Amino acid sequence: MLDTVTRNISQGPLLWYLNRGSGIALLLVLTVTLSLGILSARDGRGRLVPRFVGQQLHRNLGVLSLVLVVGHVFTAVVDTYVDIRWWQALSPVGATYKPLWLGLGSIAFDVMLLVVLTSWMRQRLGQRAWHTVHLLGYLSWPLAMVHSVGIGTDATSAWGRQVGLACIAAVAAAAVLRVSTDVVLGRRRLAPMREVSR
Amino acid sequence: MRDADIRVNWPLCEGRGVCHELLPEVIDRDPWGYPVVNGPVPARLRPAAKDAVRDCPKLALRLVDQPKKTG
Repeated sequence: MLDTVTRNISQGPLLWYLNRGSGIALLLVLTVTLSLGILSARDGRGRLVPRFVGQQLHRNLGVLSLVLVVGHVFTAVVDTYVDIRWWQALSPVGATYKPLWLGLGSIAFDVMLLVVLTSWMRQRLGQRAWHTVHLLGYLSWPLAMVHSVGIGTDATSAWGRQVGLACIAAVAAAAVLRVSTDVVLGRRRLAPMREVSR
Repeated sequence: MRDADIRVNWPLCEGRGVCHELLPEVIDRDPWGYPVVNGPVPARLRPAAKDAVRDCPKLALRLVDQPKKTG
């Protein structure tokens, strides 16, 4: 009885749907996480929400993306329709099913693991070491994006493309906002934020 | 629980202001955005103070227990 259930799940289309769904969700969560990260170091003037809101959202979504990626990997590995093994989730090479696209996804996963783990130990690691590793996080999003375009079932559908383009637009907008505030405020950085009372 | 002191590591601080957002009762900002610590952290504010220490973008804050009063 239980055997039949597990066989039906690992051979039926359910895991495939879950894998696609978690992949799309992951792309969206990674996009928001990265955008918030890009915006976090902007000058504090004229913010819509306090800084700690974006910061804590960035952290919590980062953890959520790790949860999602574990589910994403699980559904891919347990599904017997494609030959994907456990170790291939972590190794950039050696896969048999679409090795290039799978390998890029694996690197994105490795980087996510590293970034979340080092952030968890930030107090002990110290600011410099943590920050150096944290910058690697910039790799995760483009790798995940290329991985989804190359291997994603929904990448060829109209709505899949729209989601992908929306993600790229969001990150691009965050980058433009960050760079432009840096350039505009660069000259004024030494000026006081409010009037100095005498 | 004893009061605690907030210590700012000035060379690291960039005046981002997260500590003021999380602990406005104890930390003000000067006109340039840098923190001004107004006094010790009472026991009831310790959780917020720990958040401020943890969330400082530059890891420039420390929470130090005040020494036991003797005599």
